[in-house]
Amino acid sequence: MGGTDAADTEPLIEVAGVEKVFTVRRKVGRLRRARHQVRAVDGLTFQVPRGEMVGYIGPNGAGKSTTIKMLTGILTPSGGRLRVAGIDPSRERTRLARRIGVVFGQRTTLWWDLPLKDSYELVRRMYRVPAGAFRTNLDRCVELLDLAPLLDVPVRQLSLGQRMRGDIAAALLHDPEVLYLDEPTIGLDVISKAKVRAFLHEVNAERGTTVLLTTHDLTDIEQLCRRVMVIDHGRLVFDGDLAGLRAAADGERLLVVDLAAELPPIEGVPGARTIKVDGPRQWLAFPAADSAAPLVTAVAARYPLVDLSVREPDVETLIAELYAGGGAARVAPGGATRPAP
Amino acid sequence: MASTRPGWDDDGADGRLRAVGHALFAFGLIAWMWVRSTLAYRTSFVLMTFGNFAASGLDFVAILLMFSRVDALGGFTLPEVAFLYGTCSLALGLADLLVGNVERLGARIRDGTLDTLLLRPVPVYVQIAADRFALRRLGRTTQGLLVLLWSVGRLDVEWTAGRVLMVPLMAVCGAVIFGAVYTVGAAFQFWAQDAAELQNSLTYGGNALLQYPPTVFARDLVRGVTFIVPLAFVNWLPALWLLGRPYPLGLPVWTAFLGPAVAALMAAGAALAWRHGVRAYRSTGS
Ligand SMILES: Nc1ncnc2c1ncn2[C@@H]1O[C@H](COP(=O)(O)OP(=O)(O)OP(=O)(O)O)[C@@H](O)[C@H]1O
Ligand SMILES: [Mg+2]
Repeated sequence: MGGTDAADTEPLIEVAGVEKVFTVRRKVGRLRRARHQVRAVDGLTFQVPRGEMVGYIGPNGAGKSTTIKMLTGILTPSGGRLRVAGIDPSRERTRLARRIGVVFGQRTTLWWDLPLKDSYELVRRMYRVPAGAFRTNLDRCVELLDLAPLLDVPVRQLSLGQRMRGDIAAALLHDPEVLYLDEPTIGLDVISKAKVRAFLHEVNAERGTTVLLTTHDLTDIEQLCRRVMVIDHGRLVFDGDLAGLRAAADGERLLVVDLAAELPPIEGVPGARTIKVDGPRQWLAFPAADSAAPLVTAVAARYPLVDLSVREPDVETLIAELYAGGGAARVAPGGATRPAP
Repeated sequence: MASTRPGWDDDGADGRLRAVGHALFAFGLIAWMWVRSTLAYRTSFVLMTFGNFAASGLDFVAILLMFSRVDALGGFTLPEVAFLYGTCSLALGLADLLVGNVERLGARIRDGTLDTLLLRPVPVYVQIAADRFALRRLGRTTQGLLVLLWSVGRLDVEWTAGRVLMVPLMAVCGAVIFGAVYTVGAAFQFWAQDAAELQNSLTYGGNALLQYPPTVFARDLVRGVTFIVPLAFVNWLPALWLLGRPYPLGLPVWTAFLGPAVAALMAAGAALAWRHGVRAYRSTGS
């Protein structure tokens, strides 16, 4: 890693009271237009130390992409303080660019008409990557992301999953210290997702690249990130590990049972309540911390059980509960969580 | 994998010089990439260049037609008008070739692809100016240059060293002035994405104006082109000195030499507007 020892002990990403307000004009009536303010990010504070891999989640419109755009310097914050590797992103965007890698799942950063390998060649020259390092990095990416058959294909002919892998490789050729990924697994099939996850894990573990990852797929977080930050309405509502998130959200898990016949709602199973019935299928909610085994036994003892599954609550449900529930965890400075008063 | 390289930042004066060098290098890199991809379709490239050449040449044909009926236009002979025409066409052609593409900024903002450019370690201005770099734009430049050379051979002036030097100086300063207009127009698009029209009326409209002697226009128009949008410094004022003609609006003769200063001022203003625009950029919601 580059930088002095002093720099290594400082957090790589520092966000303190950052705000982003968009002024939008909306039509009011036939001709009038009213100004209207959207607080996309509202007093955000967090730090990410070097080498950490952080999941950044939240519902649609929560402010995730806006945060990432501020961290890259694309957007200038409306207020607060922001530092990445000691650099103020919006003031020294081009200087920072050499030290960060960015992947927008929704949009390619590659040259649309160029074959993948020409795009990489341009990246090499723009970022002034020494030839040796470039070769090593490219070979590594090609191997781990299975890019060999794609190198001669123009980017516009790549499928979504192929393009995404191509984009991830492009973001890493210049050895960035930080990698921002905005929904890198969106629209990918199971195999591609697994490949991308394995690759990201390796990059973080071997190179010590700091990673900030937004996603709507909780599995990404589960498999990759020890730490997860939840944002809603531009505010950080949770910062801790995934187990902590489940606990903080008072999460419930679901036991889905298929019975042999359509029956009235299951009753008399301690620790569970039936929340939905659809033909022979019924849904029972129970505390996330409890084991499902006694419930299954209890149901099977009294009902004609055909099939069953246990569902973890998805991110959206967790967040909805986190935000709505009075017991929502609040963020303590320094990243730990404590219960809200 | 390989590790990051320390001492990589562009700090200090030396670093800034290096940064400028890198920006120019990147311009060449992107421009060359586009040239290469257009040269792949050679016939189409030749046709487009010829089309560009012919389209800009039509203006001059109009002037020639006029001179088939009269001997002078606003007191200016054909070689003199051709000199005005050649200098401003050359200046606009150069500006258009090198930075004209910045007018596509609005489209880039709308479709969200500007974000991508902002992520790269090369000034976004350089990237967007070099984007779709089209050699066919050499059509206008070449045509302007040909008319200019033709007129220089026929002008009835004494070619002192000063006069000879003035011609390339006019081309360079004129190109910078037009380039600044392109840039300011594009910078406006950070706030209003459809502001391209205003800039078009100033560049192409200004060019159409400057092809004729100032004596054929109303005083107010000449005043506007001198003091408000100082396009008169592209060719009128220096050319009047070179041709030994009286000055409009009672301006002193030394205004002929203000070209470099005006160009520098306009470039600085354009840079400021551009920087403000980038900071005000708000991206798209997705
Ligand atoms: N350029 C913009 N102009 C106006 N409003 C914007 C702009 N970009 C984002 N917003 C608004 O800011 C809020 C946050 O948007 P953002 O894109 O950061 O959400 P997100 O968390 O990335 O959502 P998603 O999960 O849907 O990607 C939204 O209400 C959005 O409408
Ligand atoms: Mg988003």
